[in-house]
Amino acid sequence: MSTPRPPGELAPALPLALVFLAAFVLPLVALVAISLFRTPAFAELSPAQYLRFLGDPFSLRVLADTVMLGLEVALCALVLAYPLALVYVASGPLIRTGLIFLILLPLLTSTVVRTFAWIVILGRDGIVNSAMLSLGLWDSPARLLYSWGGLVLALTQIQLPLMALPLINSLLRLDGNLARAAEGLGAGRVRAFVTVILPLTLPGAIAGLLLVFAAAATAFITQTLIGGGRIILMPSYIYQQSMGVQDWPFAAALSLIFTAAVIGIVAAIGALSRRLTRGLDAA
Amino acid sequence: MLSSATTRVAETRTEARGCALMLQGVGHSFGATVALESIDLAVARGELIALLGPSGCGKTTLLQIIAGFLQPSRGAVSFDGVRIDRTPANRRRIGMVFQNYALFPHLTVAENVAYGLRARKSPGAMVKQRVAEMLARVQMTSFGDRFPRQLSGGQQQRVALARALAIDPVLVLLDEPFSALDKNLRLDMQIEIKSLLKSCGVTSIMVTHDQEEALSMADRIVVLNKGRIEQIDTPDALYDAPASLFVNGFIGHANFLKGRTSAQPGTIALDAGCALALSGTEPPPAHRDVMVSIRPENLALVSDAQPRSIAVTIRVVMPLGAFSVIDCVTASGEAIKVSQSRAAWSGRPGDAAWLVIQDISKVHVFEATTASPSIARA
Repeated sequence: MSTPRPPGELAPALPLALVFLAAFVLPLVALVAISLFRTPAFAELSPAQYLRFLGDPFSLRVLADTVMLGLEVALCALVLAYPLALVYVASGPLIRTGLIFLILLPLLTSTVVRTFAWIVILGRDGIVNSAMLSLGLWDSPARLLYSWGGLVLALTQIQLPLMALPLINSLLRLDGNLARAAEGLGAGRVRAFVTVILPLTLPGAIAGLLLVFAAAATAFITQTLIGGGRIILMPSYIYQQSMGVQDWPFAAALSLIFTAAVIGIVAAIGALSRRLTRGLDAA
Repeated sequence: MLSSATTRVAETRTEARGCALMLQGVGHSFGATVALESIDLAVARGELIALLGPSGCGKTTLLQIIAGFLQPSRGAVSFDGVRIDRTPANRRRIGMVFQNYALFPHLTVAENVAYGLRARKSPGAMVKQRVAEMLARVQMTSFGDRFPRQLSGGQQQRVALARALAIDPVLVLLDEPFSALDKNLRLDMQIEIKSLLKSCGVTSIMVTHDQEEALSMADRIVVLNKGRIEQIDTPDALYDAPASLFVNGFIGHANFLKGRTSAQPGTIALDAGCALALSGTEPPPAHRDVMVSIRPENLALVSDAQPRSIAVTIRVVMPLGAFSVIDCVTASGEAIKVSQSRAAWSGRPGDAAWLVIQDISKVHVFEATTASPSIARA
């Protein structure tokens, strides 16, 4: 039901629309256009850049690693945030206030600051290494920084609020009688959790997974600082191809492929969640 | 022939389930607040009991204790003589119907009914058969594949009951089962659920704040007030012989009139200007302030003064179909309601009239306490 609007009604949205057009739509069109040139000198239109990507095992590997990083961080965040959300919901008002402050605190500091905090913790002379060495548990400092595990750990902590908040929200909206009903019908704690609480909080978990996946896969700063030069992922690969090698058509193609991959996975998780939560939105 | 006979035996065996429930000195405190004092209650097999009381009387706390969702601070709960107050809720085999039904929204009607059977690891074929049987019993067979949100309130309640009864419970607990239904549907569902529970022969306990619901459903009613039992009795006995002013005010409608006992035993001088001669066996002591309760249907309105009648002025006449309610005011300023057949004389607002007590044996006298009878309901 679209009733014709008087032309003046949309006028207040015009400045924002112009900004979007200039800063988002036009660059995107330019990106598509650039990606279709065969050489960095912008000669000859062809899909060569995309074919090059698809034929290059290194590039494919970088994309797969980036997607894997996003998925691993999202799953780690889910595993850590779920107990946290359960504790939050089971707590009294005082502990809740404290917990929500701790959960929100990372969101109130800049990503760069949080990343540097992890460098201090994980570095060669960092807290973990010096503690383990002085306790005599390790003989030599372990390489925690610039490692895959360190990157997953840091990103999980940095993105945890994005998972904890939707989970807490969906747990709070859950009717407490449902767990009691399951228990009364003979289900133990674990069974009631798996068959009732988990499926009913799935929308919150999916929302968290999508947010953390997208944020972790594209976290250029953290990936670059914690991963150093050793781990090459799509954001730094694009940066390297555009600013370093100056191969703009290939960098543009990488950007578009990466965007499509992230959107594709987000859509796939979304579709999966709609199938799993069939009863929840049935009117 | 043989197989049908066996089925019948099996059926009668499942029909006559239900345990005897015994509460001994059950009490509960939330911190310093005492929610339940010391509750003693014995419920026979197959009995339908209503826990009735205003909000905050402890009836929901008591239900939670019986269900096993709450550990009592004091006392013992036993099923068939076996103490179960340390048994977790999931091992008590209780069918619970929640106020908001608490159907699992992500499961279909059939999956909801099957939930308790699956949790008990019943074999698949048996689950299927039992679910079909339960859905047929609550006339929801064609709704097995629907989701709870696609059902009306009454249908959801039927499913909730089928789910509770599917596990062949020893006890069914119903928490304010009709409060979410609209008034027209309520009576139908009360009749349906009462006959279903009775046909299953299962011991049932329902919690309600609605006295009409308790009167129409229960074999016996437990009236609770401020964490204590005021009276346990059949609906008729509660109505005709309330043990306290509270019960009198809470069950049915009642007029409360102030009075004082005279020197002669069994006579009361009402403030409204009339002397009553009681027929009760235990007349209250002389020279005490008392509260006299007279049910609206125990009064008749007449246009002429008669011996032992109360002079009143008619305020409002409410014709309610089969009978009329007439609201009057006495000379002492006390409001008094009469309920009588529409055919009788009902006067007009402003008219002077007299009230005659029909049956003096149904008039109750309570010693006036410092507490005001604020429970008197319109």
